[in-house]
Amino acid sequence: MPHLRMTGRGLWITALIVPPLAFVAVFIVYPIFSAFAYAFFDWQGLRRGEFVGFDNFFTVLFVEPYRSWTINAFSHNIVVFFALMVLQNGLGFILAYALWRELPGARFHRIAVFLPVVLSTIIVAYLFKLFLHPLFGVVNVSLKGIGLGWLAQPWLGQSDTALWSLIAAQSWHMVGFPTLVFLAGMQRIPGEILDAVRMETESEWVKISKVVWPLVAPSATIVFTLLFVGAFNWFELPYIMAGLDGSPFGSTDVLGLYFYRTAFGNVSSGQQDFGLGSALAVLIFVFIAVIAGIITVRLRAREIQL
Amino acid sequence: MKTNLIRIGAALGAVLIAAPALAQDLTFWSWRQEDRAAYEQFIDTFEAANPGITVKFETFEAANYNTILSTALAGGVGPDVMMVRAYGGLENVASAGYLEPLTTESVPALAEFAAPAVAAESMRSDGTIYAVPFASQTQLVIYNKAIFDANGLAEPQSWDELVTASQTLKDAGVIPFANGTATAWQNETVTFGLGSSLMGKAFYDELMAGTADFTDARFTDALAAVNEVAQDYFPDGFIGLDYPSAQQLFSSGMAGMFIGGSYEMATFKAQNPDIELGVFAAPGKTAEDAKLVGLYFDGGYAANAAGANKEASIKFLNYLASKEFGQAFANTLSNISTIPGVSFDNPLLAEVNELNKSSIPYLMLAHFRYGEPSGSVLIQSEMQKLFAGETTPEAIGEALTTGLAAWYAPFQK
Repeated sequence: MPHLRMTGRGLWITALIVPPLAFVAVFIVYPIFSAFAYAFFDWQGLRRGEFVGFDNFFTVLFVEPYRSWTINAFSHNIVVFFALMVLQNGLGFILAYALWRELPGARFHRIAVFLPVVLSTIIVAYLFKLFLHPLFGVVNVSLKGIGLGWLAQPWLGQSDTALWSLIAAQSWHMVGFPTLVFLAGMQRIPGEILDAVRMETESEWVKISKVVWPLVAPSATIVFTLLFVGAFNWFELPYIMAGLDGSPFGSTDVLGLYFYRTAFGNVSSGQQDFGLGSALAVLIFVFIAVIAGIITVRLRAREIQL
Repeated sequence: MKTNLIRIGAALGAVLIAAPALAQDLTFWSWRQEDRAAYEQFIDTFEAANPGITVKFETFEAANYNTILSTALAGGVGPDVMMVRAYGGLENVASAGYLEPLTTESVPALAEFAAPAVAAESMRSDGTIYAVPFASQTQLVIYNKAIFDANGLAEPQSWDELVTASQTLKDAGVIPFANGTATAWQNETVTFGLGSSLMGKAFYDELMAGTADFTDARFTDALAAVNEVAQDYFPDGFIGLDYPSAQQLFSSGMAGMFIGGSYEMATFKAQNPDIELGVFAAPGKTAEDAKLVGLYFDGGYAANAAGANKEASIKFLNYLASKEFGQAFANTLSNISTIPGVSFDNPLLAEVNELNKSSIPYLMLAHFRYGEPSGSVLIQSEMQKLFAGETTPEAIGEALTTGLAAWYAPFQK
């Protein structure tokens, strides 16, 4: 390693690097490691008790009622991940393709599609809560207005519609993001390649499946990985629309809500337990890190360098 | 020169060490941001009577208050005096040893308090008192007097009269009950606000004695009756209706009744100052059955065991336990003070106070929030299932009893 003399340039670089490094260490690295440590202790409220090894991990994974809560929340995260993969990333790809082909009004639509992404989650969540209001919500009122009153539902109150309502709100909110990333990827495809394709075929499908899709692979890697991390860390939108309990009866419970409830308690119903909460946090962290790592490596492998 | 410096240094040091002892500045934490003006006033009264002690009132967000408080206490930067929750919420903080134990010697007024109020602020294991209880809340039915008068209705005396009154309102195009159950904790409120009299005092006593559990027919029949009323007389799609919307339905005069806590009355008055409110305890099966409200205690005032100004803190707690404070509290904050002998000029409060004389504790909060899964978590989600038609009252009784058996000894058979 070359020796960096503590004069002039070296000092200057050090001065620039140390503050952000210290910031990251104190506010990111330290909390992660302390959560790891917390998970191995018994907690009485916020007082740390004795060292209990892997007991907390065992409890959240194998002891009732935690076991069924964990499975319930985790299975919802999986549903959310696959649903958003189709609704958010799939639709995003189609929208990006349409925008890239410069269909009429592309300029306007480019802004319209991206606009919701800029809105804060709180605004979007409240907006959808109002849309889905059983009495005055625009969804039920319109359904009744066009004679489809039998389709009007208490959307957020039924176990079979609640989670899907949240998924719909989430994909409306974020569909602009994968669209933008895919669009950027498509715009990087060199004109020569497209000209060459045009000589070979007129089929849009062949063009998409054989040329565009493989060439936007780097964009896909990014949006798939981010969606995976986002789907398993999902918190704000369900928290605002369904509440900390994943109302009704856990139908919208996801790992984020479940973790928060366990670690910090819930004014109207629950106790706080830092040990179990930290164990959950560690499990979520490890799961996301490992799978996101695998996804990234596997998807990278299929990227083509132009 | 040098000796001068040393002298100045010594003098400064002495001042710094003595300052806390002289000034007696107390910090007082609360989650009631909306009551700030009233508390400033109470504090002024206290400061005038106790020169040399100043109290600084600081508030934190209600939902995260316990987390903030316990973190601060654990870190040694907690307040001298603080509002704490009751029951399980109190034990979270008290079991860690952060709160100063109170006795009838340090706070003599505590001897006069009603036993359930003091119990709400004590550890169950050894009965140590940790806080001066400040208010009670009552789960009952609040109704819109103008709507009742216009439809010729009186407060129902039996369950049948309640159903008839609801039908009359429905026929007149008024939503009988404004309640919705999409917000989880509202399910618990609705269940016990409407069902306490049906469950009855005998069931409660047997449950506490360990001779009955939740599979008891008195309990499950009450759930069935509550569900029937909800299906027929709650708003369309009430299972998707959240708490704020339900409040709006009632305060805007679109609905005739609201099952809720006595704390709702202030909200309704604020949302619609013209609304004329009445309250009644939901009736039992017949007019002869005792009408019971669900009663619980909100929280209390506690002192920091590691506080620097403990003597002054205890003095302040004594003021917070005094009848003078209780009267001011009831008058300005329109809350039912737990302090004995307080009178209520607000006729509604006086009525609630009267109803409290025939009550059973708000069941899950008072007795089943000490372990996981808590009775509240269970009843909230099970009632949501019942309202959605995905379970039966009998299955709920079973689920509650077996669920609670995880930590509640009397159910472990």
